[in-house]
Amino acid sequence: MTTANAGRVELDYAGSERLTMNMGPQHPSAHGVFRAILTLEGETVVGIDAVIGYLHRCHEKLAETLTYAQYPSIASKTDYVAAMTSEFAYVRAAETIGTIEVPKRAEYLRVIAAELQRVASHLLWLGTWCLDMGGALGGGATIFLYCIRERELILDLFESLVGARLLYGFYQVGGVRYDLPAGWADQCRTTVDLIEQRIGEYERMLEDNPFFMVRTQGVGVISRELAQELGIGGPLLRGSGVHHDLRRADGYSSYRDFEFAVPVETSGDCFARYRVRMVEFRQALRIVRQALDRLPDGPISSRPGLKSVAQVRIPKGEAYARIEGARGEVGCYLISDGSAKPYRMKWRGASFSNLAVLPHIIPGHKVADVVAIMGSVDPVFGEVDR
Amino acid sequence: MPEWVTPLVAPFILLNAVIGLVTYVTLLERKFAARMQSRIGPYRVGPHGLLQPIADAIKLMMKEDVVPTAADRPVYNLAPVVFLIPCMLIFATIPFAPGLGVADLNIGVLFFLAVSAMEIVGLFMAGWGSNNKYALLSAMRAVNQVISYDLPFIFAALTPVLLAGSLRMSDIAAAQQGLWFIFYPVIGQLAFIAFIVATVASENRAPFDILEAESELVAGFRVEYSGMKFAIIQLGEYAHVIGASFLGALLFLGAWAGPGPEWAGPIWFLIKAMLVFLLITWVRWSFVRIRVDQILALSWKALMPATLVLLIATAVVVVWRGHAGV
Repeated sequence: MTTANAGRVELDYAGSERLTMNMGPQHPSAHGVFRAILTLEGETVVGIDAVIGYLHRCHEKLAETLTYAQYPSIASKTDYVAAMTSEFAYVRAAETIGTIEVPKRAEYLRVIAAELQRVASHLLWLGTWCLDMGGALGGGATIFLYCIRERELILDLFESLVGARLLYGFYQVGGVRYDLPAGWADQCRTTVDLIEQRIGEYERMLEDNPFFMVRTQGVGVISRELAQELGIGGPLLRGSGVHHDLRRADGYSSYRDFEFAVPVETSGDCFARYRVRMVEFRQALRIVRQALDRLPDGPISSRPGLKSVAQVRIPKGEAYARIEGARGEVGCYLISDGSAKPYRMKWRGASFSNLAVLPHIIPGHKVADVVAIMGSVDPVFGEVDR
Repeated sequence: MPEWVTPLVAPFILLNAVIGLVTYVTLLERKFAARMQSRIGPYRVGPHGLLQPIADAIKLMMKEDVVPTAADRPVYNLAPVVFLIPCMLIFATIPFAPGLGVADLNIGVLFFLAVSAMEIVGLFMAGWGSNNKYALLSAMRAVNQVISYDLPFIFAALTPVLLAGSLRMSDIAAAQQGLWFIFYPVIGQLAFIAFIVATVASENRAPFDILEAESELVAGFRVEYSGMKFAIIQLGEYAHVIGASFLGALLFLGAWAGPGPEWAGPIWFLIKAMLVFLLITWVRWSFVRIRVDQILALSWKALMPATLVLLIATAVVVVWRGHAGV
């Protein structure tokens, strides 16, 4: 046609009234760098093509070049929202190969850190999920800022424990790196009480809100069969009626010492996943309290007085260690050739497996539900792409 | 002063007053929202952030004006103005005190409602002209939503009109000198609630802001706008909300009625309008957004029948009592 139309991009209807729309990788609710290529019929999504890999940083190759003492602080960067969990999985894999004993006090400290991390991670999930549904210029932002306020308290605790707020390097092969500073336990108890009280406030704020309920109930249903077939984990699996929690199933570290409930919801929708996480908040805080009360004295590492990072040597062998992260099963497969560095390392990211559910549940929903469902899956793209 | 001067000067003064008000209402909203979210809000520019709106305006003016190459240029460029004009025109019939207004038409409320519904043209032009898929979806939603909610909005606004027995805004205000219509038994409160819900929805404010819906549509119909064009759209949107707040204060809260001398009337009116605005803001920062199909269902299945029944009931009451007024 004429010059007026020269630079015009035609919307690709392809004759069937379908519209292809890109969501991400740069998008307000991409949760990092997720790209969803949606096929729309009006407002209804009929197809979704999920594209990942924008945040790939060669973590597994990197692990081969770092010693067992160095890598835990880098492992933090796989799942940066719950940095403690990936460190935990890595050191447990190394300890399994080397059959290294961990002192009781170190195990308790590990559990405290892991559970506080779970609370921090769930807080960020709740905030961003509501932000997805409520908008940055609406009620979502309000609950987001409340959640961030509480998450800061936990980050303060981590900062006084480790010295860092996001990526810690707290776990070490054979134990933990730091003991509790003076007054930390009391500060932690105060924080735990405060957060527990505030969780109740959020529950009331959300569940008494009919708009929140209609946005979450019956949306994005994952059936029990689908959940098991895809190997999803964590709150998604428990929200679909499967009673599976590695803390209970494996009882790794010192989890057998503590009492806690494993919440299970059967409806499998966004609201079920929300309920599971809300109960997990309280159970995690309950574990922290128990661990603080029964914290034994003793060394914090079975390999004290290390002078050089190369001193941690693991005998030849291979092992898979898994822990229950905030998003599901975080696994680390480690092959050691007897040197100071692993021969090969493989991550099993919980978000990666959970993300596989999206193409199964999103088609048929409206565009607005896409962000609600994606938020309820709680993906962290550092962990998806590694 | 010759008689022909007033129609020229009055709109000029009013438009500038509205623009000034809009700039500072954004600050009010930001401070209010910040307090709700346990933040402080703008604080750095001027004492207590009082110069923040001016800094924002200057910033927006200095921004580059980006026009997408694929945009439909005439439509794209015209849309902000087409959007702004109805948003400003709605102030024309509002009297701010007895005799203080641009045009106290005998069909004042009708004019307000009719002009206010015209904003959809600008919205749709912006969404269509941007040639952006997010903007297109947003324009589709805009047409759906604004049409669905203008009817309940009109029905709710007509309830006080029936009670006052006049479409002239000054008559409605005068009819409330004894009892504000919000205190009219049952009908007043129900109509006010319906009015607030319909206002929030037809002004595209959260939780009904599916046009903007930045979590899925990024910024909806204005995603491609920048600089002054964006500022004009924002200005229009806020002017519309404030216009609706003034209408709410006039229809339900007795307009300029209040204690104190007569010259305090406009101040009372402003305070009441700001209270209505803060009510809308409070709703905005408390709820999560609802989905497009749920919004339409709420309008057609609940709000529409409810306001219609309310309107008929009001008519029956007025006929039964044999006279309008309180």
